Amino acid sequence: MSQSEHERFNQSPEAGAVAPCWSCKQPVAARALFCHACGAVQPPGQLDHFARLGVAPGFDLDLGRLEKQYLGFQRAMHPDRFVIKTAKERAIAESQAVSMNEAYETLKDPLRRAAYLLERAGKTAAVDKDQTVHDPELLMEAMEAREKLSEVASIDELEKLQIEAGAKAIDLLSQLSKAFAADDLETANRVATRMKYWRKFLEESRARRITLEDADMEGGA
Amino acid sequence: MITLLQIHEPGETPAPHEEERGIAIGIDLGTTNSVAAIAEQGKPEILRDEHGDGLLPSIVAYTGAEPIVGRAAAEELTRHPELVVSSIKRLMGRGAADIKSLSGTLPYEIHGDQQVGMVRLKVGNRVLSPVQVSADILRAIKTRAEAALGQPVERAVVTVPAYFDDAARAATKDAAKLAGLEVLRLVNEPTAAALAYGLDHGAEGLYAVYDLGGGTFDISLLRLQQGVFQVLSTGGDAALGGDDFDHAIAEYVLREAGVQSPSLTDAKTLLVASRRSKEALTSAPTVELTFHINGRDLRQSIDLAKFESLIEAMVARTLRACRQVLEDAEVTAAEVKGVVLVGGSTRVPLVRRMVAKFFGREPLSDINPDEVVAAGAALQAEALTRGGDTLLLDVIPLSLGIETVGGIVEKVIDRNTAIPVAKAQEFTTYQDGQTGMQIHIVQGERETVDACRSLGRFELTGIPPMAAGAARIRITFAVDADGLLTVSAQEKTTGVRAEIAVKPSYGLDEDEMADMLRDSLTHARADMEKRLLIEARVEAERMLLALDAALKSDGDLIAPSERAGIDAASGKVRAAMAGEDRDRIGAAVETLEKASHPFAQARMDRAMESALKGHSLDEVEASMATDRAE
Repeated sequence: MSQSEHERFNQSPEAGAVAPCWSCKQPVAARALFCHACGAVQPPGQLDHFARLGVAPGFDLDLGRLEKQYLGFQRAMHPDRFVIKTAKERAIAESQAVSMNEAYETLKDPLRRAAYLLERAGKTAAVDKDQTVHDPELLMEAMEAREKLSEVASIDELEKLQIEAGAKAIDLLSQLSKAFAADDLETANRVATRMKYWRKFLEESRARRITLEDADMEGGA
Repeated sequence: MITLLQIHEPGETPAPHEEERGIAIGIDLGTTNSVAAIAEQGKPEILRDEHGDGLLPSIVAYTGAEPIVGRAAAEELTRHPELVVSSIKRLMGRGAADIKSLSGTLPYEIHGDQQVGMVRLKVGNRVLSPVQVSADILRAIKTRAEAALGQPVERAVVTVPAYFDDAARAATKDAAKLAGLEVLRLVNEPTAAALAYGLDHGAEGLYAVYDLGGGTFDISLLRLQQGVFQVLSTGGDAALGGDDFDHAIAEYVLREAGVQSPSLTDAKTLLVASRRSKEALTSAPTVELTFHINGRDLRQSIDLAKFESLIEAMVARTLRACRQVLEDAEVTAAEVKGVVLVGGSTRVPLVRRMVAKFFGREPLSDINPDEVVAAGAALQAEALTRGGDTLLLDVIPLSLGIETVGGIVEKVIDRNTAIPVAKAQEFTTYQDGQTGMQIHIVQGERETVDACRSLGRFELTGIPPMAAGAARIRITFAVDADGLLTVSAQEKTTGVRAEIAVKPSYGLDEDEMADMLRDSLTHARADMEKRLLIEARVEAERMLLALDAALKSDGDLIAPSERAGIDAASGKVRAAMAGEDRDRIGAAVETLEKASHPFAQARMDRAMESALKGHSLDEVEASMATDRAE
């Protein structure tokens, strides 16, 4: 995590906020899950995804720890834990679980995490929108890869392409990590866009594989 | 982790009056058989009738005043076939329109000629909905459980196929309510099966649940850690099951016997014989079928090798679905620590062998595959009421979205997203002065509405007239832990609201569901092309509408020659829109933009001028919008 991200995290306005508990009216920290006075479950406040899951903000996350935190929180807040509670508590727990799911789904995926970090830093993340790409190098690469994909005749050839694309995606991931570490958001934005493209390509290659297999099966029958 | 343990506590402590509310059971409401179970201190037990039978055939006979359920109902099948209902699960959540496609294969009479609402069956002189029939089965299960336990049972966890759509889930919940059971949670069948095994084995790791029933195949991938069962991905092939194995044998026998087209009755008895030989082949190397066709008694022997060659391609298809869920979860087969077998068809040795080979390990099968789902449901019922240590985190099986202009689906929640979930997306009006908006909710993976399943429609009215694109309509999809959807819409600038809990007016056919999933992958590309074309048309239409409105209010700003140029360019756009070439549409729109540029400039000047006269630009824009809305 870079220094600037640390600062942003600590400066987040909601960090020290306090509000009255809906049940007993005692003051409760905005990020508390339960009221320390009466034990009632508290609604999810306006929290940063990182703060919500109790992990330090930044692109390089310890995914194992992220998952542990998420599961730990869900164990406490999932609606299944509130089946025998009042309807109001059940509804609050559900909104907590919803917020945690959203935070986890955003942070566990490197591309969505990158988009979130960019958005958080006030950058409109190009990866979030289906914008036209203005990266001529990427356009060239994309065209070539698509052409190769449409020409593959066997599953072996396809797998080779998939391995190449996978390697590219891994390389981009490390570039993304470096860009965020250097607080170079321009580069991060550009790399994330490329990564999005390669991910799409991998999806298309999966679809292509099914077409190839169908052809094989019909040929064999 | 200390803080987590602390926050853990309050939600888990059962309320003091919990004991008085009685016990909660687990129910597997199956297509062929239903099973109930109870768990105590983590040990599930199947609830059996006085003959020691755990399976209750999901068959209801309406011969007398009270419905008869189970084996006794099955016996009525030969005497009063018209008064006996079976396989009702296939109709859960289905609308009348869905049934048309099935009417040939269903042994029921459909009541009346309904166009809307849930399908109803005519059984003797009764008219019954699938919810009512399912409720009769659940009532019988409840009675059996109460007899076995010696106390009233009012709460249950009920299982549903992972593939069940919103309508089918809602219908299942309604049926339980009708039977006097409070549903604590709807749990997906594969998840329940994993729960039964996971607790037994107490092992953490990645598990695959391979569920091959009579007519459907489900595969789910779950991770078990820290006592949490997390569904990572789910998929399958709902048009594939053990019945297809029977068909393969029957077809082979007919081929060997040289019979072309047997009568319906002969075909039915042959299928029964085929099923028996399939079952016999799980332990015998060769079996002999005896059957009756066209007045002749025939014999045909079939050995295991032959049988396996007949079904190998079908089993291979299930493995393809397995690979897809692995890819969806971004894991490899080698990472899977255990494979759980569910469903009677997993007793076929070739299935076990091929599954073992695919995952590189022997599948787990020490729990009876017919009872494992109910056992898991019972464990979950105990966890919910007594505060167990396990937790199930499930996902939605199919993407949810809404229809946008041109019949395109805008996905709001992607499949395999963890529930509960709430997601909002903003949409806008398409025409100037538009005051209402039809919101059409669909479920499926394809890009166009006609290839997805319609779940319901509602209308947001009272949007104040504004220029096209000015309204901000926020549509929120909320899916709860049972997988049930609620949709709400709000226009942000005015606060106008509308809400709908999607009720089972329609339902998604399980077969369709699997087909849709499969199709979505193969059609992804063609869909994308179609989508881009539709989007180009919509964009062009928008441009033409805006231009027409502007010409109406400010047409005096341009010379006739310019006007002729604009009209010619508009004509070209219309012609291009009628075709299939999106590049041509794009080029025509660009030409029109160029031709109308001086006009747009002149309008802008006029607007500025009136602004300088003391009006704000917003007022001018607003008055222009009202003009256009006329």
